[in-house]
Amino acid sequence: MLETLLQPLQYPFMLRGMAAAVLVGIVCAVLGAYVVLRGMAFFGDALAHAILPGLAVGYLVGGGAREPLFWWALGTAVVTSLGIGAVSRNARIKEDTSIGIIFAGMFALGIALISSVRSYTVDLAHFLFGDVLGVGSQDLLLTAIFGGLVLLVVFLFYKEFMVLAFDPVLAATLRLPARLLDNILIVLIAVAIVVSLQTVGVALMVAMLVTPAATAFLLTRRLWKMMGLAALIAALSAVVGLYLSYYLNVASGAAIVLTCTAVFLLVWAATSLNRRVRAVAR
Amino acid sequence: MTFLDRSRNPKLTFLAHPHPHSPDKPILKVEGLTVEYDSGAALDNLDFMLQRGERLAVVGPNGAGKSTLFKVIAGILRPSRGLVEVAGHEPGGHICIAYVPQRTQVDWNFPATVADVVMMGRAGKLGLLRWPTTHDWKLVRQALATVRLLDLADRQIQQLSGGQQQRMFIARALAQEAELILMDEPLTGLDSRAQEELFSVLDMLHEQGVTVMVALHDLKIAGERFDRVMLLNRHLVGIGSAETVLDPAHLVDAYGSHLRLLPGTDGTLALGDSCCDDGDHDHA
Repeated sequence: MLETLLQPLQYPFMLRGMAAAVLVGIVCAVLGAYVVLRGMAFFGDALAHAILPGLAVGYLVGGGAREPLFWWALGTAVVTSLGIGAVSRNARIKEDTSIGIIFAGMFALGIALISSVRSYTVDLAHFLFGDVLGVGSQDLLLTAIFGGLVLLVVFLFYKEFMVLAFDPVLAATLRLPARLLDNILIVLIAVAIVVSLQTVGVALMVAMLVTPAATAFLLTRRLWKMMGLAALIAALSAVVGLYLSYYLNVASGAAIVLTCTAVFLLVWAATSLNRRVRAVAR
Repeated sequence: MTFLDRSRNPKLTFLAHPHPHSPDKPILKVEGLTVEYDSGAALDNLDFMLQRGERLAVVGPNGAGKSTLFKVIAGILRPSRGLVEVAGHEPGGHICIAYVPQRTQVDWNFPATVADVVMMGRAGKLGLLRWPTTHDWKLVRQALATVRLLDLADRQIQQLSGGQQQRMFIARALAQEAELILMDEPLTGLDSRAQEELFSVLDMLHEQGVTVMVALHDLKIAGERFDRVMLLNRHLVGIGSAETVLDPAHLVDAYGSHLRLLPGTDGTLALGDSCCDDGDHDHA
């Protein structure tokens, strides 16, 4: 048993991958509490996909070098997130429609750019589904720095984000700078997506934002507890997912997301059953 | 409500220092207030004043502009024309105005306890980047004690009854140190006992000098329980004592053909407000 657990850890790439996956899981889960409570799942999914053209341009400009990609992705994510925010404020077009337009357009642009390179399939797969075992020391450092920054800002604006999520009218009557706080939250989501890129890729990114947070939502009654439990679930799912990936030889990002999904389904079934039993007992 | 919908609050400015109050000015003064939407005027040339500690019932048919009026007074909607002053200054700079939402507008599954929600009222006074101190928690406990919810402070908000939910929001207004509280249909869905508890809390607010404006459907309660009644139908039909405002001519003006005037047993009129049982449908 111990042998089974320790064997994968003798590889440095496995250790780095695990550290990155746990870190990313925690950051996304904490931020994901707001994504779940404010109904921003589609926005998060769209934003992750919309990063692709930025990655593609960085990839083409850098001649395939991996290091600059982080910054290309970050720039694209921040610009796109604020762009979607601005378009969403247009009263005529509904928010999910404008997100859909920008998201699909950007994603198509990314695929078009990448497909112009001859041997694109392997690299495209890395962008789409992640490559956690390819995480280098430099990547891990950037993930830790930017992930830490996201957590710090979430901590600093805890009460403001909570008021905005629960009651925007109260935020307005208390004269909180709602537009600014919304933009900060959007940029945080953008940063979280970028640091998660190598772990799960753009296609599965939204799961890291919503699944652990939704699981914790079913089990807790206070916001900070929801965030803490979501972080714990995400970190454990990252570790379990990576072991499954190692022994079953499946893609690591998919394994992590499937573990999160399995935990959610278990908790959902248990809480639903519990409610039924209580209703009957009454 | 979409998460980025700020189109209704065109000017939201953050103020580190809220407006000071002029004690010699009325708590609320409205002159020539007009709000126009694309679909037409929601409020047309309103004039009225409120003194400190007054209890005003706001009645009128659906779409009369009650919610619009509240939004303007709360400073989250700019009027097209006219003047609104809270304690001598325009409403957008105050943090002493509390809005108590309709219960259907709230996500009761939100992961927060009763005390958490009441503490949200402190967010304005605390300012950015500040965490609640023991003083803030003391104010929250006091507010909860005032509305007699202290023993439920640690409950998740969904576990409260309808009347308790309304009192929790009043406690939040108290924690906010609100001097003007706007309540949107607080009686909807409450049984008579819960209504009585709510009125005893409103009496307490009255004693503390807090001004309260309450949007209502029930004309009888408006007449019996409030100092003054405002009858609104986009324009101000009347404001004053129930006897002068709620007379048949005014009511027909406000409610038109929807109103049924029924002879009561003791010579008074019972009023059947048949059009208004399905919530408020303001243009706002």
